[in-house]
Amino acid sequence: MPSNASEQRTAPTRAPLATTADNALKIVVVGGFGVGKTTLVGSVSEMRPLSTEEIMTQASAGVDDISAVRDKRTTTAAFDFGRITIDERRVLYLFGAPGQKRFWFLWNQLFTGSLGAVVLVDTDRVRDSWYAIDRLEHHRTPFVVAVNRFGPGPGPGLAEVRRALDVSDRVPLVDCDARSRESSRDVLVTLVQHVSGPVHGSAPTPASTPEDTQ
Amino acid sequence: MNHDPLQRESPDRLYTVTGGRGDTDTRTLDSVTLIVSECEPVPGMQSEHAAILRMCVFPTAVVEVSAELGLPVSVVRILLLDLLDTGRVAARHPASSVQRAEGHDPETLKQVLLALQRL
Ligand SMILES: Nc1nc2c(ncn2[C@@H]2O[C@H](COP(=O)(O)OP(=O)(O)OP(=O)(O)O)[C@@H](O)[C@H]2O)c(=O)[nH]1
Ligand SMILES: [Mg+2]
Repeated sequence: MPSNASEQRTAPTRAPLATTADNALKIVVVGGFGVGKTTLVGSVSEMRPLSTEEIMTQASAGVDDISAVRDKRTTTAAFDFGRITIDERRVLYLFGAPGQKRFWFLWNQLFTGSLGAVVLVDTDRVRDSWYAIDRLEHHRTPFVVAVNRFGPGPGPGLAEVRRALDVSDRVPLVDCDARSRESSRDVLVTLVQHVSGPVHGSAPTPASTPEDTQ
Repeated sequence: MNHDPLQRESPDRLYTVTGGRGDTDTRTLDSVTLIVSECEPVPGMQSEHAAILRMCVFPTAVVEVSAELGLPVSVVRILLLDLLDTGRVAARHPASSVQRAEGHDPETLKQVLLALQRL
């Protein structure tokens, strides 16, 4: 499936990693259809996002047994990813994964061992994010919520979005324009600071709640 | 435009490339485990195996192999386990998979933050 990545700032196609690369990290961007996942990944990735797929059995049970592939009802779930080289050994992969309930099996393998997740929210379809947030809390995967603003108007304030999502004050909630490299970077920085903070890590971070100051 | 990531895949093709085996293997390959070739392709080798060996001259994540081969991640995992079993590739597992209980080490988090701030 051709992705809309071609409409974006053209990043070079996949260049090889350094031969010394040995520690890959993951961040997962999860959200409903068309909420801007691929755009966000493409905005910060050093390469054009690549698209791939995973097998989804009828039971959505993941595939331990490849013979399940013979099942005529087998379908696949597409997802995409980009990459940011950190240093000569570390590389960060960014995944854009569909947020609907039937894709949970895909998240399990992406969330496991990940630094954390970004839940990308469209204010017109806030409830599309409920299930993903519920699973992240259940998994104890640290996450931040990024509100991708599409509309011409200002839309609901962050405090209102927080109430609609019913997420704890400890979860960072930020505005974002997935088309902007700076804005997308700031979302990832917020996530990594959150992961490093008192709840999940050891280093202290100031508890900032920007929406309350508006 | 098809806006649904659910797509039909030919089951027969997937079945063929994995030789129809369904062994459940306990050695896990994360989606970002980095694969490195330990040898060159030889004539007569299964074409997917040869393609992987060419691709992984430089470290390449499992999902990158999947994207380049146009095969689902779990099919690629099986192909890679064949190559690992025979020592034709090596796997560099993410540090997070080894030290899962402790979470990510502070130095890694710091370096990630610095790299992001440089963007
Ligand atoms: N106005 C506005 N448009 C955006 C923003 N982010 C993405 N878009 C546009 O919205 C459309 C969908 O964005 P994608 O990045 O493809 O969304 P996605 O979540 O990957 O979509 P699927 O993978 O199809 O579910 C594209 O045409 C983007 O250019 C944003 O912040 N503001
Ligand atoms: Mg997309």
